[in-house]
Amino acid sequence: MAEIQIKNVAKRFGSYQALHDINLTIQDQEFMVLLGASGCGKTTLLRIIAGLETATEGEVWIGGRRVDHLPPKDRGIAMVFQNYAVFPHLTVFENIGFGLRMQKLPNDEVKRRVERTAGLMHIDQLLGRYSGELSGGQRQRVAVARALAMEPDVILMDEPLSNLDALLRMEMRAELKGVLAESNTTAIYVTHDQVEAMSMADRISVMHQGKIVQAASPIEVYRNPAAEFVAGFIGNPPMNFLPATPAGDGKWTVAGQILDGPSRTTPLHFAIRPEDLRPADTGLAATVKVVEPLGAHLLVTCSVDGALFRAVLDSDLTVRRGDTLTLAPQPDRVRWFDPETTLAVA
Amino acid sequence: MNARVLPYVLILPVTAFLCLFFLYPFVLVAKQAFSTGDGFTLDNFRQVVGYWKFPISLQNTLLLAAAVVPVQLALALLMATMVNKMQRGRDLVLYVWTIPLGISDLAAGIIWLAIFEQSGFLNSMLSGLGVVDRPVNFLSYQHPGVVFLAIALAEIWRATAIMLVILVAGIGLIPKEYYEAAEVFGASPWKRFTRITLPLLRPSLQTALVLRVILAFEVFAVVLALGGTLFPVLMSETYAYQFDLLDSGAAAAMALIILAISIGFTLIILRALRVPKGATI
Ligand SMILES: Nc1ncnc2c1ncn2[C@@H]1O[C@H](COP(=O)(O)OP(=O)(O)O)[C@@H](O)[C@H]1O
Ligand SMILES: [Mg+2]
Repeated sequence: MAEIQIKNVAKRFGSYQALHDINLTIQDQEFMVLLGASGCGKTTLLRIIAGLETATEGEVWIGGRRVDHLPPKDRGIAMVFQNYAVFPHLTVFENIGFGLRMQKLPNDEVKRRVERTAGLMHIDQLLGRYSGELSGGQRQRVAVARALAMEPDVILMDEPLSNLDALLRMEMRAELKGVLAESNTTAIYVTHDQVEAMSMADRISVMHQGKIVQAASPIEVYRNPAAEFVAGFIGNPPMNFLPATPAGDGKWTVAGQILDGPSRTTPLHFAIRPEDLRPADTGLAATVKVVEPLGAHLLVTCSVDGALFRAVLDSDLTVRRGDTLTLAPQPDRVRWFDPETTLAVA
Repeated sequence: MNARVLPYVLILPVTAFLCLFFLYPFVLVAKQAFSTGDGFTLDNFRQVVGYWKFPISLQNTLLLAAAVVPVQLALALLMATMVNKMQRGRDLVLYVWTIPLGISDLAAGIIWLAIFEQSGFLNSMLSGLGVVDRPVNFLSYQHPGVVFLAIALAEIWRATAIMLVILVAGIGLIPKEYYEAAEVFGASPWKRFTRITLPLLRPSLQTALVLRVILAFEVFAVVLALGGTLFPVLMSETYAYQFDLLDSGAAAAMALIILAISIGFTLIILRALRVPKGATI
């Protein structure tokens, strides 16, 4: 059992507040992804959980034990570093076995575990090599194998795939997810890549400026973003926003159109994903600015009431720059945000 | 100018300078060492090696190196690690620690002589404390151990900093991430030092040790100031051949012997601390 609880964790570097009052519970064996733009505090939070950084305030619990006063080695964690940190002076075998040697396990046990994890990561052919003789992808595998060999309760990964090229990244993504699911460890995975987050996570915690904005399943984060930041950050292209003024009785005026919405009397932001728009007889009038054929779809960038607006349309359509489209939002996919709080409105 | 030729043209002045003022005198010395006036001979070497003072001066030199270099290595490593951990004031501490480097070896010898001689600080202190009732002549033939200790101390004081600066630079090159990885995987501070710092520091250790060991075989002025003739070393014997006995053939042979020992130890150090291919940072 290794449930992780982060309670009221805050971190200040001098006068700079890197983390504000973080509260997060990660279930046993859950794959949690911390997603956010560079500089939002993902690494800092991960390092606090690992014990490489001390929180200014708050508590960290792992497996029902308070660990924030313990050194990293007593927390039952293993870590995969962004730049791999594969020791250059040790062979792949000794790298994978490093933690086991530190635990003074007998030689045959070290050998057994190193060979097993090397097999899992498909690097059994490389055990005698030094890191200088490995490719980036192979080093990455060594770093993961070294963590897995510890048979930890929790595995922490800081952008482990960010230094790989796109194709390798996609391949490793699936492989890592499979290996980690097999190993029954709780995983915290830091990334700024939303595709990685969506495809790997059981749950995503979206971070912004040192706060967790939303922690939910990938589909929930995608469909029901809790705040405008999440809506604008997740999805490629992200959600479209338009100002909406109340027209009474749960009706809203959006770019001259009357749409159904929540019963409120203060202005809101209307939001819709580009793929939830269809050309129709009635809808938002959009002037086409740019057309980008993407093969399966057509990405159309338009202007609606002077605002930037994107639609992902069927590639069979013929759309030209300068055309005026009438785009109907799919009613059950429309979301509303309060411009004051930037939070979602039900 | 042709880009292929340019680098060679640029290093030409330095090369010419070294050939003129290093290689040429070296050839002259070698010629002197291997001749006594009528053709090639090993007589000079037979003479210096056969002299009764040779074994004792060789032994003294080696003993001194064996006593001083390991202590300096340990001290320099300790100091370099401490400096590296400092957030603030690091440069200031480094400057202070490297002050002895700016002092000539003869001056260093004289400073320590001022401490150990009959009217020196040590004697004033001891008699002030009432430990001795009249000044002791520590640096005499009656106290060979003290003479050795004084020389070793002066050498340590004088030349640890040369290793320190090399090691500080080397430690600074080791990425912090390796230490964090080692810590996460359960390495204690001592294990991080022995398993990460030391192996990754091998290139710097090589340089520092080679430099220091060569200097140790050339030890001269400090020994002369503190030990005089009580503690003969290879270099002081060379000096004696050249300037007291006016036998430049023998002096040249001694110089070549010191060179050979230095080269030998250099090769041993390079070999012992070599980094396997592909295992560099
Ligand atoms: N040791 C440190 N000292 C001062 N500021 C730091 C330190 N580490 C991180 N920060 C700051 O904290 C913020 C969050 O950093 P980080 O957690 O590395 O972000 P991320 O991993 O999300 O890109 C950044 O603005 C960064 O400059
Ligand atoms: Mg980061």
